[in-house]
Amino acid sequence: MSTLSDPVNLSAPRGSDAGLTPKQLADKYGLSISGKRPSLPQYVRQLWARRSFISAFATARLVAQYTTAKLGQLWQVLTPLLNCAVFYLVFGLIMNNRDTVPAYIAWLCIGVFIFQFSQSAIQAGTRSVSDNLGLIRALHFPRASLPIAFTIIQLQQLLISMVVLVVIVLLNGITPGMTWLLIVPALVFQSMFNTGLALVMARIGSKTSDISQLMPFLLRTWMYVSGVMYSVSSFIEKWPPIWQTLYSWNPAVVYMDLIRYAFMPESFDKKLYPGGYDAAGHALPKALILPDHIWFMAATWGVVAFVIGFVFFWKAEEEYGRG
Amino acid sequence: MADAALDTLKEATAVDNQARVPTVVVDDVHIVYKVHGAGSGKGSATSALSRIITRKKSPAIREVHAVRGISFTAYKGEAVGLIGSNGSGKSTMLAAIAGLLPTAKGGIYTHGQPSLLGVNAALMNDLTGERNVVLGCLAMGMSPAQVRERYQSIVDFSGINEKGDFISLPMRTYSSGMGARLRFSIAAAKTHDVLLIDEALATGDQGFQQRSKARINELRKEAGTVFLVSHDNNAIRETCERTIWIEHGELIMDGHTDEVVRRYEKGDRP
Repeated sequence: MSTLSDPVNLSAPRGSDAGLTPKQLADKYGLSISGKRPSLPQYVRQLWARRSFISAFATARLVAQYTTAKLGQLWQVLTPLLNCAVFYLVFGLIMNNRDTVPAYIAWLCIGVFIFQFSQSAIQAGTRSVSDNLGLIRALHFPRASLPIAFTIIQLQQLLISMVVLVVIVLLNGITPGMTWLLIVPALVFQSMFNTGLALVMARIGSKTSDISQLMPFLLRTWMYVSGVMYSVSSFIEKWPPIWQTLYSWNPAVVYMDLIRYAFMPESFDKKLYPGGYDAAGHALPKALILPDHIWFMAATWGVVAFVIGFVFFWKAEEEYGRG
Repeated sequence: MADAALDTLKEATAVDNQARVPTVVVDDVHIVYKVHGAGSGKGSATSALSRIITRKKSPAIREVHAVRGISFTAYKGEAVGLIGSNGSGKSTMLAAIAGLLPTAKGGIYTHGQPSLLGVNAALMNDLTGERNVVLGCLAMGMSPAQVRERYQSIVDFSGINEKGDFISLPMRTYSSGMGARLRFSIAAAKTHDVLLIDEALATGDQGFQQRSKARINELRKEAGTVFLVSHDNNAIRETCERTIWIEHGELIMDGHTDEVVRRYEKGDRP
């Protein structure tokens, strides 16, 4: 039994390394601390290298979303249509908003689709890390891939809705024009804004799962305040100017107004839609107002949210596997 | 007999007294983690609210000192087994090497990014096996061309399609063994500097266990280090030449597999 009381030390460094402490040995061979967060430029590079993963993940998820439904992918079109139908019934017919806003159906659908893009990106972002812990613990990849992929899913969903939207807009009697090209930059800025918010919420959601219970309420408040289904301009006009300016910075309003303007610039024409009342006392459609510097606001929200969100998410990169 | 074999082994290592390249250095590591929802504290909403108001720590959060001062160094080309009773801290140790758990004290240094392969690590259950293979490979950093190239060999290796076309079914329809096999096949498709395996081998059938053993040996030859956690002592004996015995988060023994496993089975602590 003498051999057993004298076990070989298999850990000890041999030869020229003999006598080094573990730390010295690690330094000598350039070992790095396990799970250490990469530097920001390194992180961006890693993320860029996974771009095909991000897009493949987004596509796979989008396809899988409706696999259990019998109508399958048709729901991608049906869901936004039904949403619009519900809002039209409640806010258009019952609450009679359709007379005060020019081209109300198109106006409503744009609002619903654009707001839903932000709403669902934020909601999906909140759960993106906590719902994919299995994947995170199994494989190593930059974790920001997940919230970004979930935002791309929502963008794909929006683009499908956009096809529906074009049909609705045309049926509403609006003729396509050059301003339709403005949809592209507006959506780019909104996508950046959404990605940033999704990244922020992903980090918060990974630590505090309670937040995903709270999000629907916050988002719903945001929706009602932003005037998605009814025009809020008649309330805003009575506010002090400082509050009006602050309100005009509401990112949801900024992106909705831009897309509305791009699709139907005529609705913003005061001569066409002077408002007021007709002889029978019915309210007449009133032209929409596009705030000054709206492109500046859209770009600022997009860039600032994206940069802050990205850095904020990266700061906790090494912690997401812990759950 | 075993002692004689051991002596020859010792002689062999004595001759081979050259500097080796370390891949994992674990230096006096302590791991403490917080467990939420522990204990039998009152879970009512009013008590939760009063805790928030009085800023008291929730009694439902308890600290577990899972690893207490473990040190070892693993070298290139080694296969190291980790044994110990349930709850001894083996899986925690692996998760920490993979960089998933923070150390409370001490440091873990690794060559490259270790990859942890556990039975619990589910991939995307509502996607098909096919999609999982592609996404898993892309997530590990392969290019789409590399994935196309290796796809067939991964599916063949997993043996998922041996009993019909299962690869095009969602992973939620797989048995736990099939899922574990596919996950192992995906992770093993890439050469890892350090591969950590948490009981994933115990789930497969005989044929798959043979294949995975062969694959682990290949990975080791490709200059990797493999860690294996298992309660199957035969799997440890066949795969690893070095074994670390952990009990209550402390290192009991670190040595040649034959010796360590023999004493572990006898319950003969040094």
